[in-house]
Amino acid sequence: MKEVKNILLVGVGGQGTILASKILTSGLMKAGYDVKMSEIHGMSQRGGSVSTQVRYGEKVYSPIVGKGSADVIVAFEEMEALRWLDHLKIGGTMVINDYRIQPVPVNLGMAEYPEGIIEHLKGICDVKAFKAAEIATELGNPKAMNIVLLGALVKSMDGLDDIDWDAEIEANVKPKFVELNKKAFHAGYSL
Amino acid sequence: MKVIMSGNEAIARGAYEGGARFASAYPGTPSTEILENMPQYGENIYSEWAPNEKVATEAAIGASIAGVRSLCAMKHVGMNVAADPIYTFAYTGVTGGFVMVVADDPGQHSSQNEQDNRNQAKGAKLLCLEPSDSQEALDFTKKAFALSEEMDMPVLMHVTTRICHSKCIVETGERTEAGVPDFEPKIKKYVTAPANAKVLRATLEERLAKAEEFACNSEFNRVEMHSTEIGVITCGVSYQYARETFGDDASYLKLGIVNPLPDKLIKDFCSKVDKVYIVEEMDPYLEEHVKSLGIECTGKDVIPKFDELNTDIVRKAFLGTEPETYKSDVQTVVRPPALCAGCPHRGLFYELAKKKNIMITGDIGCYTLGMAPPLGALHTCICMGASISQGHGASKALKDAGKDTKVVSVIGDSTFFHTGVNSLMDVVYNGGTNLSIILDNRITGMTGHQQNPGTGYTLMGNEAPEVDIPALCKAIGIKEENIITVNPNHLDEVKDALDKLLPKEEPCVLITRWPCVLKKFSPQDLDEFPTLHKTQCEIDQDKCKNCKMCVKTGCPALISTKDNVKIDRTSCNGCTVCKQVCPFDAIEEVTL
Repeated sequence: MKEVKNILLVGVGGQGTILASKILTSGLMKAGYDVKMSEIHGMSQRGGSVSTQVRYGEKVYSPIVGKGSADVIVAFEEMEALRWLDHLKIGGTMVINDYRIQPVPVNLGMAEYPEGIIEHLKGICDVKAFKAAEIATELGNPKAMNIVLLGALVKSMDGLDDIDWDAEIEANVKPKFVELNKKAFHAGYSL
Repeated sequence: MKVIMSGNEAIARGAYEGGARFASAYPGTPSTEILENMPQYGENIYSEWAPNEKVATEAAIGASIAGVRSLCAMKHVGMNVAADPIYTFAYTGVTGGFVMVVADDPGQHSSQNEQDNRNQAKGAKLLCLEPSDSQEALDFTKKAFALSEEMDMPVLMHVTTRICHSKCIVETGERTEAGVPDFEPKIKKYVTAPANAKVLRATLEERLAKAEEFACNSEFNRVEMHSTEIGVITCGVSYQYARETFGDDASYLKLGIVNPLPDKLIKDFCSKVDKVYIVEEMDPYLEEHVKSLGIECTGKDVIPKFDELNTDIVRKAFLGTEPETYKSDVQTVVRPPALCAGCPHRGLFYELAKKKNIMITGDIGCYTLGMAPPLGALHTCICMGASISQGHGASKALKDAGKDTKVVSVIGDSTFFHTGVNSLMDVVYNGGTNLSIILDNRITGMTGHQQNPGTGYTLMGNEAPEVDIPALCKAIGIKEENIITVNPNHLDEVKDALDKLLPKEEPCVLITRWPCVLKKFSPQDLDEFPTLHKTQCEIDQDKCKNCKMCVKTGCPALISTKDNVKIDRTSCNGCTVCKQVCPFDAIEEVTL
């Protein structure tokens, strides 16, 4: 595969984008791809917008996903999907967690959270939206929503089905959460 | 073995493979994980957190003089703190190989400025390496120790956020063990009294000339010849953006040694290409040098002088093309970072915000966020440790000018140990009257929870004595009755202490002692703070009048809409600040 594939995981600090991307990059490496992953740490983590960028292919140079180049954007929060829309490749897929986290300016009444984001985006690009938090809660822990989203992401990308994702989950998750996360992955994958 | 590593993990691995035995650092984004990854090599490398970057650098210098391969690491502004020792260590040279890792933050993701430390490498006359990905971060670090010994020069490893925090596949290798000689005094080399230092200054020029000759023929600098229409000179992560922009339609001089620059190699490369482009982040460092050689080139006239680069920016600058994108006319709301739900700094800032006619000098840490609405209770932030000294200067100046504005200085525990303690000496010694507030959250918070001299543990996990902050303040000369320690989650305690200390015309210290909510609590924490995370708050919607008083604490666990306010159970940590400010007694504390 000559062409480099680009994946963006976007959300709010503390939502678990890092673990999802760790499992993803580890799986991609074992599948023989060159992989680069980039994330930002520090002050922005304290409830701010965060992004993790994953690129893979035969040879990857830049660790950053450029505008108009993401094959898939996985938005852990709906307004973050809108924020990163210009990074989606024309024809790419936006996987959206139907979930809101109110930023401080909205809480303080200084701004309004835009209504109907998912419907709006459906009129612009290919959108796959679902309530990952509810699915994870039904499985036993709302925090597993990141792995539900990972499952949906893997389904949205061509050519990743042959990777042993269960083994990657076992290698990267604490033993007592392995079964939950495997279920979460398959729930997301089968959506 | 092939593994995925961030640049920081790779540097730690490189130190291990390169035979390092000593490593010290003060945490700072984006450099922190270098030392966090060191204890896994604990059988071979002793590693520690120092109270600041100057101390870390001096300790590593000491290890080098003692004959041991050593490393220190810091964020870009840390190099300002460490500038004093490193500028002179360049004169003396090394015994054991010495590597100072300095991580710049283009784009200021987590920093107060965007200085380009390649300038410092040149200014301090250090041999400066710059890797372009994790593999080079590992390889360069590994080779840097022997190179430092061979050239008799300290090595500055210059990295940036995207190198530190990007993960790439790397091939790891084996450790090269370096012998440790018996100590032998070398007074002419290491005692920089003027008579010796003048000699060293002259030999430094010889060492720099030798390093430049090395750079002209070294594998650290790589020429990739493709089309000769364009020749790109670049270094660091910018190489990746250039490579992606031009592909094989350009040739590349990728510099892995950015000081001293290899004039002969640069001239030779430029003579083989039609046009020269310089692709670099931040200052026109390479560009000015290339121009000084009389070579025409294009760089900062098309590329921004500040912020991070990426392929989009480089492509637009040189090729004029932009990618096709989806667009929306719906505006998003900014999502600024905020103090966490249950953050122990909230109670203090809530009470401080009520005070009139005060100036609040701030410092570097999570508590800088005390500036943000709705609290807005922090008025300055310059550098580590500056709050107390700034506050001292401001209060003296205001008093002198006949103003009655009171000055309060706010500083975290780790920042106080870093350089704040010297400032407090200034206040006491010179009869200052600013109130110093030390926010002791029992850890170095913003960089992700590193131990410090007040936490009782070391980087390598050993127990350590704790600095007794009230006793230290007393020893500096603050009167015992002017030192008060409070639980910042108890607003009445905070208010009483402020009311008592603010009117005093003497140096005073208020200590707020409660652990960071994100901290992994030690047995001592659980013993001292038994109520931690044992309760949550809930709003009784029948009693709630939707007055939004609780929202004015700025706690992100409170979700406010036109109709009501609710508390998010997955976020609330039970600090009860919202409960204390509710005028209708509508918030209850529930035990988990």
